[in-house]
Amino acid sequence: MKRKSYYARKIKRAVHLLFYRRHKQPGVKGWELKKKLGSDYPRVLDILDNYLEKLDLKINTVFEEEHPVEKPGLEELSKARFYVTLRGGLTPKETKLCGWRIDDIAGLAMSISYVISKKGKAPREEVEDLLRNKLPGWRVDINMNRYIRSGYLAEDDNKQVYLDWRTRAEVDQNVLVDLLMGAES
Amino acid sequence: MSSKKRKKKFGEEHLQRIIDLCRSVEERGLDPFMVDVDDLIEVVREYFSEWEVPEEFCLDAEAVHQLASVIKLQSDWVRHRSTSLYTDPFLLEEKIRRSGNEELVNIFLKAWRPIVELEQISPGSIAEAVKYWQDLLPLRERWLKTDSLKMDSGTVTREELIQRKILAETVFSEELKMFWEELKQKVGAEDKIRYWDFVGAETYAETLRRAYMASFLVTYGYATLELHRLEEEMFLRPFEEPKSLVGKEQLVSIPVSVSFEEWNRWREGRQD
Repeated sequence: MKRKSYYARKIKRAVHLLFYRRHKQPGVKGWELKKKLGSDYPRVLDILDNYLEKLDLKINTVFEEEHPVEKPGLEELSKARFYVTLRGGLTPKETKLCGWRIDDIAGLAMSISYVISKKGKAPREEVEDLLRNKLPGWRVDINMNRYIRSGYLAEDDNKQVYLDWRTRAEVDQNVLVDLLMGAES
Repeated sequence: MSSKKRKKKFGEEHLQRIIDLCRSVEERGLDPFMVDVDDLIEVVREYFSEWEVPEEFCLDAEAVHQLASVIKLQSDWVRHRSTSLYTDPFLLEEKIRRSGNEELVNIFLKAWRPIVELEQISPGSIAEAVKYWQDLLPLRERWLKTDSLKMDSGTVTREELIQRKILAETVFSEELKMFWEELKQKVGAEDKIRYWDFVGAETYAETLRRAYMASFLVTYGYATLELHRLEEEMFLRPFEEPKSLVGKEQLVSIPVSVSFEEWNRWREGRQD
């Protein structure tokens, strides 16, 4: 009974930390969770994740390295960032809830998959050329800046575009590329 | 030039070209296998015995460093191809081009798991808000200030506004046209006039005003500025009718210095 209430308390604390945004970026770093929840925070997160499954939510772990090791140790976990994301997908009608138009999302899908196909780095000009096929010219630049501002893409001084933290946290890149390649069109 | 010196010069040029090539591959995301590393290492090795001073060794080291970066890119490229994420970019681009927006969105939604987050006010911003609230004057006092600014409404004449420099005596466009007429008259049969002979006046302040007006004459197509670079002379040539060159020709901005020294020099030149 004592053990149960111990975890119940920790889970509540973890919910507060994970759901409420306290920094510029959402999510919590592993070392922060360790500090607030104790060294058994991975266990607390596991229990919370099981509970969130019923609500179609999940705790997503994004590691610092692009290709994380199969069984991450405490060191890797403490540098990783934890987010609460949807477990299942959104329906097209629900996308309105995110404040994005359908063609904004199509542009985002295009930009992300193109950058993935170019090994995670592509000239902004090329991405914009591709976007011009689907979006009116005047919106191409606006949309690119929006994707960058939201953290889906990043741009360096040489006008090269990369995948940024939000894409790593929200998009299953393997699934996206597989689905695109398998598309009938 | 001795053959040794000539070889050194060629060597430096070669190394610089290697550095530039490697940099462009890295910065522009080009295919790293475009660079024949073996061939370039041979070039670096060929000239290595020629180097004597630290600058030359630095150039050599930089070339080797850049080549090493390209080798790393090649290794990354091979690793990427062996992962499940590798897709032929051309094939994927073709798929993207052919898919409609709706189809793309449906695909993306199957791979997209948006973050769930709530924004909240932080203890820091609450403290800031409390401080603002405490520093804020009571409404009564703020309204008092507004009251004290209240004035009776009255009327003002155009002459008074001109006197207070709120209105100009003439509308700017009229003034510009008068200035254009003056330029046409001064030019006479010669068709053009030296810039300083037109702009220069008895006082420096007036000269500045005339230079300012002259810049608008040129910008708005009432006149053109001719530059004779060899003679270091500038001429103003008025048009009979204003011409709008925007969108027809490549317009350039020409900075003209109208400093006090320049004005003095012009005055002295005129007295001579």
